[in-house]
Amino acid sequence: MARKLLLEHINVPGINTFDVYRQKGGYRAVEKALKTLTPDEVVEEVKKSGLRGRGGAGFPTGMKWSFLAKPEGVARYLVCNADESEPGTFKDRYLMTHIPHALIEGMIVSSFALGANTSYIYVRGEMMPQIRILEKAIAEAKHAGFLGKNILGTGYDLELYVQPGGGAYICGEETALLESLEGKRGNPRIKPPFPAIAGLYGCPTVVNNVESIAATVPIINDGGDEYAKIGIGRSTGTKLISASGNLVRPGVYEIDLGLPVEEFIYSDEYCGGIANGKRLKATVAGGSSVPILPANLTLKLANGEPRLMSYESLSEGGFATGSMMGSGGFIAFDEDQCIVRNTWNFARFYHHESCGQCSPCREGTGWMEKVLHRIEYGHGKMSDIDLLVDVSKKIEGNTICPLGDAAAWPVASAIRHFRDEFEWHVKEPIKCLDTNYGLANYAEPIAKAEVTTGN
Amino acid sequence: MSDKVKVTIDGITVEVAPGTTILNAARQIGGDIVPPAMCYYSKLEGSGGKCRTCIVKVSKGSEKDPRPMPKLVASCRTTVMDGMEVQNITSPEVIEARSGVVEMLLINHPLDCPVCDQAGECDLQNLGYEHGLQKTRYEFERRTFERIDIGDKIQLHMNRCILCYRCVFTADQITNKRVHGILNRGDHSEISTYIQTAVDNDFSGNVIDVCPVGALTDKTFRFKNRVWFTKPIDAHRDCPTCSGKVTLWYKGEDVLRVTARKDIYGEVEEFICNTCRFDKKKTADWVIEHPTHISDTSVIASNHYETLKPLPVIQNNPQLQQANKVELEKTTKF
Repeated sequence: MARKLLLEHINVPGINTFDVYRQKGGYRAVEKALKTLTPDEVVEEVKKSGLRGRGGAGFPTGMKWSFLAKPEGVARYLVCNADESEPGTFKDRYLMTHIPHALIEGMIVSSFALGANTSYIYVRGEMMPQIRILEKAIAEAKHAGFLGKNILGTGYDLELYVQPGGGAYICGEETALLESLEGKRGNPRIKPPFPAIAGLYGCPTVVNNVESIAATVPIINDGGDEYAKIGIGRSTGTKLISASGNLVRPGVYEIDLGLPVEEFIYSDEYCGGIANGKRLKATVAGGSSVPILPANLTLKLANGEPRLMSYESLSEGGFATGSMMGSGGFIAFDEDQCIVRNTWNFARFYHHESCGQCSPCREGTGWMEKVLHRIEYGHGKMSDIDLLVDVSKKIEGNTICPLGDAAAWPVASAIRHFRDEFEWHVKEPIKCLDTNYGLANYAEPIAKAEVTTGN
Repeated sequence: MSDKVKVTIDGITVEVAPGTTILNAARQIGGDIVPPAMCYYSKLEGSGGKCRTCIVKVSKGSEKDPRPMPKLVASCRTTVMDGMEVQNITSPEVIEARSGVVEMLLINHPLDCPVCDQAGECDLQNLGYEHGLQKTRYEFERRTFERIDIGDKIQLHMNRCILCYRCVFTADQITNKRVHGILNRGDHSEISTYIQTAVDNDFSGNVIDVCPVGALTDKTFRFKNRVWFTKPIDAHRDCPTCSGKVTLWYKGEDVLRVTARKDIYGEVEEFICNTCRFDKKKTADWVIEHPTHISDTSVIASNHYETLKPLPVIQNNPQLQQANKVELEKTTKF
């Protein structure tokens, strides 16, 4: 059994209350950081730990913190991005629901490290229960003297606020989040300037994912070097994976980075295999915006080595044969699932959530959605498949924020790996309405997908 | 060593002040290498970065850090660095991406140029002519909206809008209330005013001039005439609210329309007030200066078949005749 850092006490009754959390060793990190370390030392520990952003991009957290501009007399802000709305990702919600004090503790430590006296937790609007849980947790922490003026008599002041969002996916993009937090329409800003220079209200700001902030607690408790021992290569520590789809036991798992994907799917400790005795067809390894992978490429790299759950291994092979770690939303599809329908569903999501600010994403997401809808419902043409690839290429990289890329990748990768299924939908316009392409059409065992590098 | 920075765009080097954007550096060079801009407007603070037509490739970041930028960048919002090398029309990648953007801009555009007042002076038309495909690949119904009156003088025809946000920035700049903005998101986004109230300001008419397409039109000019049948003349008047420097658009002896003066990039030089724009439509209101210079490539310059005889205003003014010499000679040539 691998060591749990974030979810160690998750099954202790009442761990969502301050008293039980404190009994189990909670808020030790605050005491250690505020009383024995300087802010720079905390940043140094996080740097040493090699912690990488858990929100999707995987940028080293310590590095991000050290980029924060520190002009005299200007406030600095820490904003926690809890606008988790990627289809397939629900780890932050789990963490906030069951162990909210882990986030509060992480916020205090991180704010101290950055010298922020006001910090915000921007929670997605749909998560009203979690907002109430966090507000209760903040009140408890404040009552115990871990928030407010002169925390633990060290002279450090911190106010923590929970801000509900309006429920827009785009507000998970850090600059759109800041716009929304300022009370404006949640449109991503044009970078540069980056938030580390001019963020919230024009002040230097760091925006971090819930899990990244919570992970600072074990880093401070045990030291960055200790944390860096877990994991593999540049993917250090543990990661929460929200597994969903056709698995025997879907749910949130804390894994050591570097766990083989095969073990994650099939071992009884984790997902326990594919439900109903079926076979794996494809996976989306890191939330809806990462490229989809067929089963053979999920379990093995193109060169035959086992694929591991780590930032590097999941993206091994680039877009031709790889995917991405993303936000850890692991979705498994069994042999009966329709990839065309799934791709359409994702495209529909991005069409709905595009902010409409820049033209390629505003128009392109809607276009892809309509073409995919047509293919799924048996009105497609062969030329539509190439059209989709072309449109996705014209969106990718030409937009202000990564939403355009996120909309383009699933479509491009689905066609790259499952082109035969798209073609079947075009050739069998009536059959495709009530029958799934199914594994019957695949060779036995599942044939190695043709690696096309052209796209 | 001066405090200027050197930037090379399509092989042409220019020295500009630090903090200049690539687009403005290209405009200092001028000519074909200037990227097109549909949303950027030099007079509007914060505009730009949205339409993505001005994207360019930065093949060398700067003298210090010569790495190229990983993605194509919006030239209107990227500042130059010393030693930067930029490729615009010399990069096939940029041309392809730009034609992709133009295609995206056009898929939901009604293409009703034959009845659109903007036709002939429309940025999207020019861009489509240069980069667009002959046939659309979009086979679905285009999004449609009802027409909205913004006050009694301006009509918003949202179908044609490309959501450049220029009018939003204009409204933000002329009033301190947020009366004009965007509703909804994605491709349902819609320019709107707060519960359809008028943008109540002396300068609200300028949203018509900044609009790159025919989405915001002048109700005093709607369907009156095609721009290429009218003759633009620069004129001014002593106006208490604005500079009073305008362009009058003549058809015969009548002033059909008054607009602000525009530079070669289609940007107004000075915003004009609504009185000048909508209410002063008599020659007697104005002091005539000279015919507006219109580029030979513009469809407005090719109105000879309509005005073989010089305009009456020109006929009895020797100064105008002198200024109009080239045009008049063309007339006799025909």
